[in-house]
Amino acid sequence: MTVSAIGRYEFKARDRLENFHGNQVVYFHWEEHLLYCAGLALPLPPAMPFRTVLTDILPGCYGLHPEWPQVDWSRVTWMLDSRPFKPVMDASLAANHIGHKSLLRFWTPGLHGIGGIATC
Amino acid sequence: MNAMPPLQKQRKLSLKERYAHLTRDLGWETTYQPMDKVFPYVAYEGIKIHDWDAWEDPFRLTMDAYWKYQAEKERKLYAVIESFAQNNGHLNITDARYVNALKLFLTGVSPLEYSAHRGYAHVGRHFVGAGPRIACQMQAIDELRHAQTQIHTMSHYNKFFDGLHDARHMHDRVWYLSVPKSFFEDACTAGPFEFLTAISFSFEYVLTNLLFVPFMSGAAYNGDMATVTFGFSAQSDEARHMTLGLEIIKFMLEQDEGNVPIVQRWIDKWFWRGYRLLSLVSMMMDYMLPKRIMSWAESWEMYFEQAGDALFEDLSRYGIRKPKYHEVAAKEKHRLSHEVWSIFYNYTQAAAFHTWLPSEEEMTWLSAKYPDTFDKYYRPRFKAWSEMAAEGKRFYNQTLPQLCTTCQIPMGFTEPDDPTTICFRSAEYKGERYHFCSDGCKDIFCHEPEKYVQSWLPVHQIYMGNCGGAEVKDVLAWYHLNFGVDNFDYEGSPDQKLWDEWQAQKAANPV
Repeated sequence: MTVSAIGRYEFKARDRLENFHGNQVVYFHWEEHLLYCAGLALPLPPAMPFRTVLTDILPGCYGLHPEWPQVDWSRVTWMLDSRPFKPVMDASLAANHIGHKSLLRFWTPGLHGIGGIATC
Repeated sequence: MNAMPPLQKQRKLSLKERYAHLTRDLGWETTYQPMDKVFPYVAYEGIKIHDWDAWEDPFRLTMDAYWKYQAEKERKLYAVIESFAQNNGHLNITDARYVNALKLFLTGVSPLEYSAHRGYAHVGRHFVGAGPRIACQMQAIDELRHAQTQIHTMSHYNKFFDGLHDARHMHDRVWYLSVPKSFFEDACTAGPFEFLTAISFSFEYVLTNLLFVPFMSGAAYNGDMATVTFGFSAQSDEARHMTLGLEIIKFMLEQDEGNVPIVQRWIDKWFWRGYRLLSLVSMMMDYMLPKRIMSWAESWEMYFEQAGDALFEDLSRYGIRKPKYHEVAAKEKHRLSHEVWSIFYNYTQAAAFHTWLPSEEEMTWLSAKYPDTFDKYYRPRFKAWSEMAAEGKRFYNQTLPQLCTTCQIPMGFTEPDDPTTICFRSAEYKGERYHFCSDGCKDIFCHEPEKYVQSWLPVHQIYMGNCGGAEVKDVLAWYHLNFGVDNFDYEGSPDQKLWDEWQAQKAANPV
C-alpha cells in the first residue's frame, strides 16, 4: 500500500547502510536470558570474522550474566533472520550472509536463565 | 443642532444565536477561489462528506463563555499552585521516588499537549464545516493551556529535584521520548480526518482514562495536590475533547458507507499506537507510585475492556468492530508493566529519571495483583538484580537495544502466548529489513512503509554519529542530561540524599 498524500511521497530509508560510516547494524539476542531486556543492536564492520564477534564483542554485551562463562559456542544453535543458521566461524559477517539489520538469535543448550527461568 | 436619534437598545442575543453567528455565519462558500483550493486537505484521505451541516455540536460553546469558564479555572488553579509553593507542598509527598513519575510526565506528555495544540490549530483551519472547525480551534487553545499549566504546576518540583530542567529539549532527543514524539508526529503528518481519529477518538475517547486517571489519582494518593488540581482544571476540557472524538467518528460513518473501511483501519492503527504508548503508563502505575492506586491489569480491564466493549457494541451498527489485536493487549496485561520496567531498569544510565528495585512490600502487592506471572517470571529477576546490587554491581545493560521501527520501543515485548520469548517480527521493503515488536506494529508499517522508513530511531542515530558522540556521557550531554545526577538508580542519587535529609530534619523537629 502507499501513503495517502497530497503529492509525491517517496523517501530514502533513513537507516540505510551508507549512513553508518562503514559499519552495518547487526542485532543479537540471547534467548531465554531476559535479564537482558531486549534484542541488542551493534555497529560492526561487515568484514569482521564471525569468531571475532563471539570472542571480542559479545562478552562485553552479555558478560555480566552469571551463565555467560559457561556458554559453549560449539553447541549453540542459531537463527539468522528467521532461518536456521550455521555460522562459518572464520568467515566474515558478509560471507556468512549477515547483512545490514540482520537479526541473530541464539540458544545455549543447558543454559536456560538463572535457576532455569528464562526471564532471568 | 441636530439631535442624535436615540440609540435603539439592542436586544441581547441568546446563546443559541450567538453560537450560530460564531459558527454557521462564519462558514460560507468561497467565490474568489474555488473551495478545494481553500481547503486542500479535506478530500485526499478518501473520506467523503456530503453534508457538513449534519455535524452536531453538543456543547454550543461561544467564545465569551469559553473565556469566562477557562479564566475561572485558571484563577483557582494558580491559587492552589501558589499555596502549594508557599507551604512547601513537595515535603508532603509520599516519597521522592514519586517525582520520577512527574519527570516522565513533563518530558513525555506535556510536550504532546503542545503538539496537540499545533495539530488542532492546523486541522481547525482545514475542515470545511464550521462546527468541527470551531471545536478544533477551541481544543487547540485548551491544549496550549494544558501544556502551560502543566509546566507551571511542575516547575515547583524543578527547584528541588533533578531531571526536570529541560523537558522540551529532552523530548526532541532522549531515546525513550522518541516513543511519544513519533506517535504524535505520525498523527500530525496525517490528513485532518486521520488526525481526529488518532487523537480525538482513539486517544482522547478510547484511551485517555488510562493516561489521566492513573496520573491524577496517582498524584492524589501520593500527596501531590498541585498536580491533582491541574487534573481537575483539565477535566471539563477533556469531556469536550472526548465528545469531539465520538462526534467525528459518527459523522464520518454516517456520511458515506465508503468511509467505514477507512475509519476501521485508522481505529486499528491508532488503537495499537496508543496502546503501545501507554505501556509507559503501565510501568508508572505498577512501579513508580510509592502508594499505588490500582494495577495496570485492573485499569486495562476497567477502562478498556469494559468501557470499550460498550463503545464498540454501539459502533457495530455502522459496521465497525473492535480494534484489531485488542486480544493481544488482553494477553499482555499481566506482563506489560514488568517488561517495560525491566527495559528502564536495564538502561537507567541513559534516562532522565531514576529506577529502583521494588521493596519486599511492593513485591507482595505485585504478587497479589499478578498472581499468574509475578512470582513465576519477575520476582526471580528482581532477586538476581538485587543480589548483583548488593555486591556493588548494579546491573546496567551495556549495549544499546534493538528498537521497533514503528513504536520505537526497545524490542522487549514477548510473544502473545509465551512471556519468556521475545516477539520478533520483520518485513522487507525495497531491499531493506525492518523490525517490529508485534504484529500490530508490523501491520502499521506494511500499510504505509514510505512513512516509517523515515523513523528517527535513536539507537541508529547514535551509531550514525548524530547524537553528540559515541560514549554514553557524550550522548547524555547532547540530551542536556546531567550525568551522575539525573540518571542511574534512585539508590544513591542526589534526589534520594536530599529527601533523606528532609526526613531526618522532620524527625528531629516534630511539630
